[in-house]
Amino acid sequence: MSYTSDEIMTVTAARALTDRMTCFVGIGLPSEAANLARTTHAPNLVLIYESGTIGAKPGVLPLSIGDGILAETAESVVSVPEIFNYWLQPGRIDVGFLGAAQLDKFGNINTTVIGNYADPAVRLPGAGGAPEIAAACKEVIVIIRQSRRTFVDCVDFVTSVGFGDGHGTRQRLGLTGAGPRRIITDLGVLEPGPETSELLLTGIYPGVLVTDIKERTGWDLRVSAELSEIPKPSQSELTALRSLLATMPASEAGGSADSQPGEQAGGPQPGKPDRALVPPRATKEAAR
Amino acid sequence: MSLAEAIATAVRDGDTVAMEGFTHLIPHAAAHEVIRQGRKDLTLVRMTPDIIYDQLIGAGCARKLVFSWAGNPGVGSLHRFRDAVEHDWPVPLEIEEHSHAGMANRYVAGASGLPFAILRGYRGTSLPAHTAGVAEVVCPFTGERLTAVSALRPDVAIIHAQRADRRGNVQYWGITGVQKECVLAAARSVITVEEIVDVLDPRPGAVVLPSWLVSYVAVVPGGAHPSYALGYSARDNNFYLAWDAISRDRVRFGSWLDEHVYGREAVPGGTAEDPVDAS
Repeated sequence: MSYTSDEIMTVTAARALTDRMTCFVGIGLPSEAANLARTTHAPNLVLIYESGTIGAKPGVLPLSIGDGILAETAESVVSVPEIFNYWLQPGRIDVGFLGAAQLDKFGNINTTVIGNYADPAVRLPGAGGAPEIAAACKEVIVIIRQSRRTFVDCVDFVTSVGFGDGHGTRQRLGLTGAGPRRIITDLGVLEPGPETSELLLTGIYPGVLVTDIKERTGWDLRVSAELSEIPKPSQSELTALRSLLATMPASEAGGSADSQPGEQAGGPQPGKPDRALVPPRATKEAAR
Repeated sequence: MSLAEAIATAVRDGDTVAMEGFTHLIPHAAAHEVIRQGRKDLTLVRMTPDIIYDQLIGAGCARKLVFSWAGNPGVGSLHRFRDAVEHDWPVPLEIEEHSHAGMANRYVAGASGLPFAILRGYRGTSLPAHTAGVAEVVCPFTGERLTAVSALRPDVAIIHAQRADRRGNVQYWGITGVQKECVLAAARSVITVEEIVDVLDPRPGAVVLPSWLVSYVAVVPGGAHPSYALGYSARDNNFYLAWDAISRDRVRFGSWLDEHVYGREAVPGGTAEDPVDAS
């Protein structure tokens, strides 16, 4: 079964989530991957959205972090101050799943501006829940399409801290979580190295060349001695992913040059042109 | 009281106005009334400015935006917001940005009558260098370094809720967001509701705001559209998708405003037959 680079990226991200994990989910690519995991190998994955929905089990992919289906299917719905203060901040949540517009070699994330802050070339959506998700979750997974535009030597703005300027920054700042343990792209997987936490290429998709990946990285990317090939998506994974994506309305913004993904929690996400346009699901009329 | 009267009374030029509703229960009809009444120089406060503030910014109502995430959820950019920040159109827009956790805690501090809130956040990010009202504090008990964020005290809070009773007690449920803290932090409040009922029977997870807390209630069925009111309407995801093209172009946005905001009476249901005045 043939597959796209986005599909193997989403499947690889889904595989990183194991059953019974708790996962703080951003909208867009993270939400697709987390919901794929829940509908395949991790049925007891606990999805937590920053809208305050804990244990949401959407049968269709939500367009936003506050779609009605998240509240209707959640185990608990709490207020926004509560989700950040009581649930995220103390480090209760296993995995934070983030997107990014720019990422640097130490896994720092920019979703705020491209260029100068006072006079930006591109104004992105901003922080959302990402800084505290990146700080407090036990670990962070970043999912991002790789290019020289997105993989930069130094981010223009640190919206969310990865490893700062190298080893020891997180401890010095008092950030309680372990930070980005995996960067999953449309070409492969990067993980922090043992010395400075600089990201190393550790996984590569079938048919992708290391030179292609280096070409699409804005710094001199180092390759792990234990580089492994990531298994391609199985037929059942692809079928599950495609039926999930078919439940979401197509985005007209998809693929446009200036719709930069600022896809942290709640971040926008360019849609996929091949998605079927379906009407939004009708909200169940509550018993009056 | 009608929505038009409530906005005319509660919202003044130059006010700090917070319209909240986290994806759910966004008070769009009230925002349209603010645009129709031509309010100027507003400081708009909202965690997720969203389409509602894209419209207010594009209409020239705002001088400053205080926010934590300015995108069209699941779709892409807010083009009117970007045009204001990148090109000063239609007027320059000052920005003050935070994280969601920071904004939520700023409302909590305002609601609590405290000058600031404390959280673990912002440390190591570029935000404090560009945002006033963020400072490092040292815990007097443990010596730990934490972040203080200044309280939000809006002049006016505007929210949408599912319903109110005839005395003006307001009830909402589903994703309840930060609206309670927003109303408690503000000096005045305007709340639009889907309907007025005789009795607010209990709902799981519902928040009730007592009438003595609330300044004005107006009945505006569908007043959250294209956002939604759980149990009454569905989120109009197709409108969020369509907004990308409508808002991308200044002229097309202007035509949309003419047709859907300026060209309309104050919202259906928000007229004289309104039974509630909680002020």
